[in-house]
Amino acid sequence: MDILITGTVLGGTYALIALGLTLQYGVARIMNLANGENLVLACFCAFWLYTAASINPVIGIAIIAPAAFLLNWLIYVYAMKPLVDRAKNRGQLEVDSILATFGLMFIMQGVMLLVFGGSYFSYNFLSEPVRILGANYGLNRIVALGAAVVIAAGLYLFLYRTRYGTAIRAVSVSPSSASLVAINVPRASAFAFALGGALTAAGGALLSTFYTFNSSMGVIFTMKALIIVIMGGVGDVRGAVLAALLLGLAETAVASLIDPGLTLAATYTLFIIVLLIRPQGIFGRQTA
Amino acid sequence: MTRFSEKEQRVAAFALLGFGAAAAIPLVDDGYYLSLSVNIAMYAVLCTAWTLFSGPTHYISLATAAFFGIGTYTVGLGIDSLPFPLLLAIAGIAAAILAGLVGVATLRLSGVYFVIFTLGLAELVRQVVTWLQTNFTTSVGLYVFTDMTEKHIFWMLLALAAIVYATGWLINRSRLGFAMRIIGNDETVARHVGIDVARSKVILFMVSGAFIGITGAILAPRFAYVEPPSAFNPVISFQVVIMALLGGTGRLWAPLLGVIPFTILFDRISSSFPNHTSLLIGVAFMAIVYFLPRGVIGLIEDFRKPRAGKAGTVAPVPEAAE
Repeated sequence: MDILITGTVLGGTYALIALGLTLQYGVARIMNLANGENLVLACFCAFWLYTAASINPVIGIAIIAPAAFLLNWLIYVYAMKPLVDRAKNRGQLEVDSILATFGLMFIMQGVMLLVFGGSYFSYNFLSEPVRILGANYGLNRIVALGAAVVIAAGLYLFLYRTRYGTAIRAVSVSPSSASLVAINVPRASAFAFALGGALTAAGGALLSTFYTFNSSMGVIFTMKALIIVIMGGVGDVRGAVLAALLLGLAETAVASLIDPGLTLAATYTLFIIVLLIRPQGIFGRQTA
Repeated sequence: MTRFSEKEQRVAAFALLGFGAAAAIPLVDDGYYLSLSVNIAMYAVLCTAWTLFSGPTHYISLATAAFFGIGTYTVGLGIDSLPFPLLLAIAGIAAAILAGLVGVATLRLSGVYFVIFTLGLAELVRQVVTWLQTNFTTSVGLYVFTDMTEKHIFWMLLALAAIVYATGWLINRSRLGFAMRIIGNDETVARHVGIDVARSKVILFMVSGAFIGITGAILAPRFAYVEPPSAFNPVISFQVVIMALLGGTGRLWAPLLGVIPFTILFDRISSSFPNHTSLLIGVAFMAIVYFLPRGVIGLIEDFRKPRAGKAGTVAPVPEAAE
């Protein structure tokens, strides 16, 4: 039971990060390896807002997410767009974007190391216990899970119930056909990339309320997010949420039953199983 | 395979001269410059081995640190009971087996899966090794005491480099190399002419992994104390990718053009500004992608092509220039 709830909370935060990445990779076709750094940056912003201006992190999302949206928009337009225009095919864009976002990852990490140093940060926010089914949990975790659910539901409604959301899903299926039905593909891609960044930042702000973070942990989160995206199927919102919960549960189970040092091994085991059995993702369809 | 062309004889002569000159370095200096030369030789082997696989396939492997660490660990575990040359062989085999497993799981799929998988591989192996050591042995670290000095390590690396270059040259001339060039240009075509695409990739990845493992084993005496975080240092994977791409991946010797300047630069930066190394790596990645997508070798080829055209001869077609 303890594993179930802790795992769900962890999975909820993973879900936001993975949703951000699945938008960036599924729609904008950019494999953004700097996504984890984006998350860590949001952690630091939430920390700074809370300690310096005593702004509640959940409300702080209202500041952090738009800021991340703007930052990622600029990254897409000035750094990724030239690569998209230059690439002759999808494979080359993949290689180029992976290398460029590696550069971005190290630059963001280097800047954060200079500003904040390499030590671990955390702060106390709503760290009072609540009793659920006879066991105690931190209120901050429950609040974070609630906020994650609200944000994910909002994204789902936007993508499946609005006109622009449908346009974005069309681009994710086929950019060339989307432009035939009068969708502005470059703009939709930039929008999806920026929205993905904002989602990840929201996940980071929530994560910072109960997690100890430091400047160089981004890459681990990027990797977990990537694995979730692949497990769920690229560009698939429901798949990403389900895969994130699975991963959160698996990690918590391994950490509490076997050894906390083996969480990555758990992640990889899941990853290998998915690659061997359903490489197209949980809900993905086999493409010829 | 029987006779060497005139060009091949010239290249071989140059290579012999180069190796001879390099082998004389420890006789001249055994301090800073020798230590720098060891670094250059190490990265030269690593980058060339990396390019053996990633050059023709365009798959970016970030597993270097994992293979390297396996090699280092093999020596750390066996140095008291087995002779050093045997350990080198075991290191190569162990790394090749790991490469084979990774290859079988991921190389049937598109390149992205492979990148992601290798990205975490070093961390995964590190976690497993740490777990095994804390639960089944008494200490986390291992001591490697030998009477080998920097110059022995350097000579061993040079010998390994020669073997890597020879292997790369032989692969290029073999059926496997020909198959790889077709796969690199168009996988669908390769499959239609009857090439077992996945098998060729896995074999090549194993060869590349084995060399990287042996390099890690050779360098183990230099570390003296081996523990998981230092043996499986993920920065090595990224440095190898940067250096190889900086030089260019289209030709066997091209990574060398990236290794020499970058090792010297990195050495200077990390000694005077130790906190700026990740910033440097980041800027280097960006600069290569935006300004030097084909590496230094691309610049040289661009520079040579117009002159060759003017002289009325046919410009040599740069193979796999992308």
